[in-house]
Amino acid sequence: MEIVLALAIGVLTASGVWLVLRPRSFQVLIGLTLLSYAVNLFIFSTGGVRIGAEPVLRGSAGSLIDYADPLPQALVLTAIVISFATTALLLVVILAARGFAGADHVDGRRDDEA
Amino acid sequence: MIQHLVILPILLPLAAAAVLMLTGARNRPLHGVISIAASLGLLAAAVALVIQAGGGEAAATYRLGDWPTSVAIVLVADRLAALMVLLAAVLGLVNSVFSLGRWARLGPFYPVFSQLLLMGLNGAFLTGDLFNLFVFFEILLAASYALLLHGSGPRRVKAGLHYIVINLVASLFFLVGVSLIFGVTGTLNMAALAQRIPTLADDTRAIFHAGAAILGMAFLIKAAAWPLGFWLPRTYDAATAPSAAFFVIMTKVGVYALLRLGMLCFGPASGSSAGFGGEAIFVAGLLTIGVGLVGMLAARDVGRLAGYSILVSAGTLLSALVFREPAVVAGALFYMVVSTLAAAAFYLIGGLVGSDDGDDEFEDPPLLEAYDPDGDGLYTEEDERAVIINAPLGLLSAGFLICTLLIAGLPPLPGFLAKVAMVAPLLDGPVGPLPGAARILATVVIASSLFSLTALARAGIQMWWAEPDRITPAIRLHEGITVGALLFALLTLTFTVNVPFDYLDATARDLLDSNRYVGSVLEPEAPR
Repeated sequence: MEIVLALAIGVLTASGVWLVLRPRSFQVLIGLTLLSYAVNLFIFSTGGVRIGAEPVLRGSAGSLIDYADPLPQALVLTAIVISFATTALLLVVILAARGFAGADHVDGRRDDEA
Repeated sequence: MIQHLVILPILLPLAAAAVLMLTGARNRPLHGVISIAASLGLLAAAVALVIQAGGGEAAATYRLGDWPTSVAIVLVADRLAALMVLLAAVLGLVNSVFSLGRWARLGPFYPVFSQLLLMGLNGAFLTGDLFNLFVFFEILLAASYALLLHGSGPRRVKAGLHYIVINLVASLFFLVGVSLIFGVTGTLNMAALAQRIPTLADDTRAIFHAGAAILGMAFLIKAAAWPLGFWLPRTYDAATAPSAAFFVIMTKVGVYALLRLGMLCFGPASGSSAGFGGEAIFVAGLLTIGVGLVGMLAARDVGRLAGYSILVSAGTLLSALVFREPAVVAGALFYMVVSTLAAAAFYLIGGLVGSDDGDDEFEDPPLLEAYDPDGDGLYTEEDERAVIINAPLGLLSAGFLICTLLIAGLPPLPGFLAKVAMVAPLLDGPVGPLPGAARILATVVIASSLFSLTALARAGIQMWWAEPDRITPAIRLHEGITVGALLFALLTLTFTVNVPFDYLDATARDLLDSNRYVGSVLEPEAPR
């Protein structure tokens, strides 16, 4: 379980970093999205990876062993919303830059110049 | 009632932004009234906060919803936070007055984003919790994206694209750092964090250090430290003048966060973590000063010049604030206040003069295009009613001269006093992060004055003397008054320097004694 999660985070981060360093704005956008997936998984994993444990208290409380840490889940929810919103904003700016420059290079260069 | 004062600097701009949204994009006179009233109210709240923080021994804390401290979202208004809120409020007022008329007409809802930026800034300064620091960072960044893109045009959109991508990556660093710290310590409350660090086991301490270093990266990107700060001069130069002047405080948010966490988590009381990262930040700060000075000498227009001068001031602050000596910290804080206001005034003057750099595909950006999608004439009688000051060239060059003296740090202005206050205790040789660090920093700060003066004097000669047939820029009355009032306030600081200094001295002592902060945040509970 841990190794699968760690590999997933690693692969997402590696792909994301590579894409962010690419010159096309759409690749940068996808790269940032992958990176934020990786970071969200990472935040989630800081609460400890557990199967079948709930974060919310039920009728009989029992001991803390039976529950997952709810705080990373709350944090990751906030992080998802924020990164989603800012990525959407970035998409708008990318479209505007595409409109002004007539090319999707991040520096606004056309293909013949690049 | 008075205990709610701490949250007022967050709620007031939020409410103002909401009201401004509801009044619609077209009602500009009403926008002006509301945003100036909100900014004045915020300034009053900030002054009250400073008085409150300056009077008491313990920092005022505010637990949202009155939850117990261990689970509450807590706001803390100690001396440093109150000072930063006051600085943000001053810049907010300057922004809301200056941007009236032609600047706000470049796009819709300019005052809304200004108020939201203020909300994010104040929240970042007041929060006592790492994750809320992240949330407020995102609020202020989202508002700053809009303020940067205000007025549109290819140059701004290109700079905005880079700026947004860099800040999104920085936010991801922030999240990774925060979650590593949470995973190791089990808390995000800064005071509880400071309490738990001395008791960390050695193997988890290494992970904690890694998390703190990654978090520090995010703050260094915001503070535009070398080599993470190359985005700043171009980005700020592309923004409209009031936006750029407002953005000056955003590098100080990074410096503030580093200072706060550095003092709380890596202060003398933190066991074997004491002073972690100090060497790296010190060296990065020195290199930032170097890059800023080279950039200032190479800059060919006021916007770039101001941008690189921000790098110099950020580098100076980063290097000076790793010293654990009250006098140095107090001097550096005074330097932060003066250099922030001076750089803001410099951007405003630069905006009034108008950009005239040759390689600009978007010449004279602020004055030409108005946002007018329906073509129904936003240039109405507002423009004709505007009072235009005569003989602005003399006024502008006088303002430029004052800014030069402030930024280069020449007597008799407070820029000089700030540098003296910072350098004099350094010459006594306090223990720094590296051997001989104090003397190196003192030398670099003094040398940086010389280089700044050279660059600014050259720019002044080119701007005011070498262009006999330059067109006299038209200045609106409120713009002149804003810049004049800002510079006048800085001049008055020369004569009343004792008042802020007593406060800053107490601030520095507060910071170095992290138990005071921890005690006032966690006090309501029994000691663990």
